[in-house]
Amino acid sequence: MELQLYLLQFLSAAIPKNTIKNLEYTNHFDENVVKEIVDKTGIKERRFAPDHLTSSDLCYHAAEKLILDNAIDKTEIDVLIFVSQTPDYRMPATSIILQDRLGLSKDTAAFDVSLGCSGFVYGLTMAYNYANLSGIKKVLLLDGETRSRIYHPKDRKTAFLFGDGGIACLIEKKDSFLPSFFSLNSDGSKQNLIKVDAGGYRNPSSINTMKEKVVDIHGNVRTDEHGYMNGGDVFNFLLREIPKDIKQVLDFSDTNINDIDYFLFHQANKFMNDYLSKKMKLDKDKVPQSISKYGNTSSVSIPLTIVDQLKGLLKKKNLLLCGFGVGMSWASAVINVEECKVSDIIEVE
Amino acid sequence: MKENFINAMYEAFEIEATEELDLETEFRNHDNWDSLTKLSLIAVLDDEFDIIIEDDKLETLNTFKDLLEFISNK
Repeated sequence: MELQLYLLQFLSAAIPKNTIKNLEYTNHFDENVVKEIVDKTGIKERRFAPDHLTSSDLCYHAAEKLILDNAIDKTEIDVLIFVSQTPDYRMPATSIILQDRLGLSKDTAAFDVSLGCSGFVYGLTMAYNYANLSGIKKVLLLDGETRSRIYHPKDRKTAFLFGDGGIACLIEKKDSFLPSFFSLNSDGSKQNLIKVDAGGYRNPSSINTMKEKVVDIHGNVRTDEHGYMNGGDVFNFLLREIPKDIKQVLDFSDTNINDIDYFLFHQANKFMNDYLSKKMKLDKDKVPQSISKYGNTSSVSIPLTIVDQLKGLLKKKNLLLCGFGVGMSWASAVINVEECKVSDIIEVE
Repeated sequence: MKENFINAMYEAFEIEATEELDLETEFRNHDNWDSLTKLSLIAVLDDEFDIIIEDDKLETLNTFKDLLEFISNK
């Protein structure tokens, strides 16, 4: 889809102060094994939210920072979108709780979006579409995850990968500099590639679903309430779908790949992303990464990389965003940024 | 093809140049095999041979020779 709107003008991020160094994370695995995982995934550190902090807390702090830094009039925020798969409660929607907490008016439309790694790009299309409606002044898009809680520390395939974070961005309709273009995709036949089996309504929680069990011949342990990921098939999916989707959105937007200033890929795994960059012959300087510091923060990873790596650099820039993962769901976008003011990252205790 | 394949396996499995690769070896039993080597194998098959191998197909292959035959028949 093509959307003639001014992009996110302001962006902020909040991360837990609690830092986990992967080489020191757990004694459960042999230290040489851990070293190899760190080398290959590129993930040296992650941020874990302590028990009292949730995704919405991180987004709340990011939002307040953004509002303060840019003297935003809260009464002009008409829509609040909260992207997360680690909400505060099954119900009510966390976005509504945030509407209250942020002191937004009761005229605010607030809703949650349950998507993973593709969530930020999907969220942008929703924010843009709402901002395009008459009567809507500003849209606040929040995206937060505490993925550290989804995976089991004794499951080698996932224990070292995921981290926590939250972002806030503000979208407002203005005369466009240049349009933005999006490609949104889904393939539910691959639902079992990345999943949490129990705890929903298909497989409700029970004493059995909370029992730890050995899940494979390698001795990896988790419960049915923890996430799992089939890395091999995720990589296959990436190779099959992502270069094609990026090419499609570039063609659709009539953009030459050399005219893209920065490529923002979902920060899943350094090996996979490096391979993707190599396959697409991208200049490394145009592919910022934040995975070494924050790990895989699911939908937060793209905007977190922008905040971490591109502060002060987003003036008249063409960005290509590509989020891909759980679902499987993937989304690519060519975004033309007139100016995006990025706040300093804040750490939350 | 065979030589390209062997070079590709040395790269994916991070095998020392001095070590000889026996094609009859079951690749999952190689010392260096783990889930990360699997990613390298997928990458090298894609990069060198333009082949994407699905997990359920990979499950049916056991030896390096099986891999070579699979690639040769593509």
